[in-house]
Amino acid sequence: MNSRTYSRLLVLHVMVGTLLLVLVGRMWVLQVAQGEEYQAIAANNRTRDIVVPAVRGSILDDMGRPLVRNRTALVVSVDKTALGRQEDQGRAVLARLAEVLGTTREQLELKTRLCSPTVPRPCWPGSPYQPIPVDDRVSAKEGLQILERPEDFDGVIAQVQAVREYPEPEGASAAQTLGYLQPVTQEELDKREGLKVTGYSGVDLIGRDGLEASYDVDLRGEPGVRRVNVDARGRVTGTASETEAVPGSHLVTNLDAKVQAAVEDALAEQIAAVKKIGGDPAAAGVVLEVDTGKVVALASYPTYDPAVWTGGISQEEYDALLGPKRGEPLISRAIAGQFPPGSTFKVSSLAAAVADGYKLNGIYPCPGSYNVGSRAFTNFRSTPYPPMDLHRAIVVSCDTIFYKFAYEQWIRDGSTKPVPDPKDPMIKMARVFGFGARTGVDLPGEVPGRIPDRAWKKSYWESTKEVDCKRAKTGYPEVKNATHASYLTAIAKENCLEGHMWRAGDAANFSVGQGNVLVTPLQLARAYAAIANGGTLVVPQVAKAVVRPDGTVVREIKPERGMKLQVDKKVIEYMRKALAAVTTEGTAAGVFGDFPLDKVHVAGKTGTAEAYGYKDTAWFASFAPAKNSKYAVVVMITDAGTGGTYAAPAVRKIYEAIYGLGDTPAALENGEIPAGLPKVSQ
Amino acid sequence: MTTLQERRSWPSRMVRRDSVLRRLDWGLVLPVIVLGVISALLVYSATRAGHRADPEAFLKKHLLNLGIGAVLYAVVSSFDYRLLRAYAPILYGLSLVGLIAVLTPLGETINGSHSWIVIGGGFQVQPSEFAKVGLVVLLAMILGEPRDGEVGPGRKDILTALVLAGVPAALIMLQPDLGTTMVLGAILMGMLVISGVAKRWTIGLVLAGVGTAVAAVALGLLEDYQIARFTAFVDPTADPRGAGYNANQAKIAVGSGGLLGKGLFHGEQTTGQFVPEQQTDFIFTVAGEELGFLGSLMIILLIGVILYRGLRIAVHAGDQFGTLVAAGVVCWLGFQTFENIGMCIGIMPITGLPLPLVSYGGSATFATMIAFGLLQGVHARGRSL
Repeated sequence: MNSRTYSRLLVLHVMVGTLLLVLVGRMWVLQVAQGEEYQAIAANNRTRDIVVPAVRGSILDDMGRPLVRNRTALVVSVDKTALGRQEDQGRAVLARLAEVLGTTREQLELKTRLCSPTVPRPCWPGSPYQPIPVDDRVSAKEGLQILERPEDFDGVIAQVQAVREYPEPEGASAAQTLGYLQPVTQEELDKREGLKVTGYSGVDLIGRDGLEASYDVDLRGEPGVRRVNVDARGRVTGTASETEAVPGSHLVTNLDAKVQAAVEDALAEQIAAVKKIGGDPAAAGVVLEVDTGKVVALASYPTYDPAVWTGGISQEEYDALLGPKRGEPLISRAIAGQFPPGSTFKVSSLAAAVADGYKLNGIYPCPGSYNVGSRAFTNFRSTPYPPMDLHRAIVVSCDTIFYKFAYEQWIRDGSTKPVPDPKDPMIKMARVFGFGARTGVDLPGEVPGRIPDRAWKKSYWESTKEVDCKRAKTGYPEVKNATHASYLTAIAKENCLEGHMWRAGDAANFSVGQGNVLVTPLQLARAYAAIANGGTLVVPQVAKAVVRPDGTVVREIKPERGMKLQVDKKVIEYMRKALAAVTTEGTAAGVFGDFPLDKVHVAGKTGTAEAYGYKDTAWFASFAPAKNSKYAVVVMITDAGTGGTYAAPAVRKIYEAIYGLGDTPAALENGEIPAGLPKVSQ
Repeated sequence: MTTLQERRSWPSRMVRRDSVLRRLDWGLVLPVIVLGVISALLVYSATRAGHRADPEAFLKKHLLNLGIGAVLYAVVSSFDYRLLRAYAPILYGLSLVGLIAVLTPLGETINGSHSWIVIGGGFQVQPSEFAKVGLVVLLAMILGEPRDGEVGPGRKDILTALVLAGVPAALIMLQPDLGTTMVLGAILMGMLVISGVAKRWTIGLVLAGVGTAVAAVALGLLEDYQIARFTAFVDPTADPRGAGYNANQAKIAVGSGGLLGKGLFHGEQTTGQFVPEQQTDFIFTVAGEELGFLGSLMIILLIGVILYRGLRIAVHAGDQFGTLVAAGVVCWLGFQTFENIGMCIGIMPITGLPLPLVSYGGSATFATMIAFGLLQGVHARGRSL
């Protein structure tokens, strides 16, 4: 061996040693110095958290009858990541699945694509790592076809799951009151604080409306988390740890399925009648317990079948529910609809007049027509009556008495040049009766109605004056009817010039619940309940208690203490008697003619509100019994006619059902809602 | 050794008192046996989860490979390596034939490299592995016979060596198999330096090597994925699901092993098959995860012992040819070990190279065992130690 080779072999010794030392050094850094770091990464690498949704609680009526419950269903879901790994992106699997489920591959692809601002429904709003349910009405036979051939359905999961069911006990639907569930969206996660820590995820459904939304936290329980070990392809190899889901609590409500069904049936009957005369009505019905504000029934029309929610909803279905085409059936007219109350509003105006100094026992003229400034305001059908007291004014629903009050008050307030601090007695009294503000019912989406005061007039004028002033000049050439066109032009001119002012006409209209005043049926029911209970403005409440699945009571939802009405007791007593006479000798005497008033004396007031472009909105606001009252019942139907003709019969039927006065047995035993909680079983 | 003995068949020669078997370099053989056992366990651990039908399938084949390797070792070490000098051109020629055959329709593409010849029965041959052996022997022949009066090989020898090494390197680049090409380069460089070429040649060759690498990238001679692997080496997080995936997963597997490891067959990364090609190129990650720092250190030490035995054999070889054969084997196995472990722990770019003796794979195991046989042969006929 030459010397050069020898010395270079020595160098090679050193090089080999160095390289091996480099490896060892790096191993030390990687495994010992940074070992824990990599162990943490590895743990993340090989586990996935799967959210196990908690079984949601049921919603029960006051007798424990389930209005919403869960049914176990075979749900077929698709694992998008598993499909994505297949050569054809899972197209063949989806095609086979579509055949089994009786749909098309395209439909399944639509359902399993991920929602985004540009992707409309159907789409999946949750996490792409969660199995996406595509059908929850799978028969056992279809399920078996999938389960028996796992090789043909790689990425398809058929599992027994709990889905929402609406058993409609006694025929009661209460769709808008119950609300509905939808997969929770990222926005909701962001908006509702604390949702992340309670374990919400894309697979979770969240109450989007009604009781499902307002008692979501109680109903949903706590989802469990199953941490599974996965291999590099995401295949589950075992369970690492599991936190069991805590099932949600049941919600016992004050709703009574029988009464609810009676209200819905009564509305349906009147709606059929209204449709027969060519109307396109919306309607609402409310039953309150007058002392506590317990909501015994709450119905709205147009309505829908809540079963549409299960199994994913298509964009068309969803649009139909939201849009005006089918009358926006998701919106509860009882709490989120606002309408001019017509003569039912006169109770507030009467109390306002008396508080303003008009004698309670005074006699006032009731001519067929009363001049408010330059314009004549008339009674219904311009019927003239001899002078009468306020009792009779309620019974026969005289308008001109109230016009007179309103006009005189308006003049005292300075007419077109208002005094610095105008008294506006009727506006203030309306607020006392709870109009223009939310009732605080435990349901989302309640609207406050509208009390059009001076400030509102001004802001409204500012937003409309441009159009009105233009129309004042140009007129309405497109309107064929010359009289009508000139009328519209006159209105526009008037609005342009003095729309910002609280005018005499506004005050007169307001006094009889016409014009710009709007109330919700629930507000009206509460105001009548206040008269019935002697002057307390209650807070309506749908929920009664939260009860665990094992029957233990989590909490009872006690009625909130109402507000005392700032109205003289004598006035309330006086109105009570007057309203009691409406059904015997007044505007509702016809409807209640053969009603056993000796058993249950119904007191109430009809209302017929004009609606521009439609037939009148019919109201009947009531309470019963007239003494020691239990319930306030309000029914409203739009595009119908007089309250006496279209609303009062529905109210009559509701009372018949509650007390068992017709052919059916009483919905409520002895006419009382149950005091305690029902026995809740699984 | 007499002529009579020469005529006897090799099994009878092996049992003789002064036979090669008796003169085995146990310092080489023992670590090889231990490493063989470890490799069987690691291959089993890496493959049993992924092949539920027959979890032992890879283990059985690997044990068979080791057995065949042991026979090859025995056969090669019993040959008088000096006779190999005569066969060197034939060995080299055969390896070229194999490499050319791979490029014909006989070849098969596995894992992106067209480097296999399928011979049926579930067996494939990877000629590039044997090309390493061929090159070592041929270069030793060319560089081990300096002209009279020269200290090292002359210019003509060097140029011949460059050309003869360039042919298989080029053929392997066509597959393409960057890792093996790099091993051939390491063998060539190492053997040239050891053979005693002048310093200016050494420096010139290093510069030429760097220049070639730069040109290869600049001229687009490398496939995109090869460049991507190098990019991923610089920043593995750049594309964690793509080119950087192997690098990341390998590092996670090794790093999570810690000091003592998770225990044999208890590596979650291994069971979960997070590291692709784990039984072959990434076998070291199994050791890293399941046996920890201490276990991995053991493997590095065992390979280190083998390499130092090789160097010792080179120093004590009976002639320059023997020295160069042994040194060539050390350069080959040393570079391949560094590259393979280095890529598992993120200090070398990823190229498809097996860890000598430890990785699963017939051709690689056979070639490595032949290399050990060569070392043993040189040892047995070396100067008395």
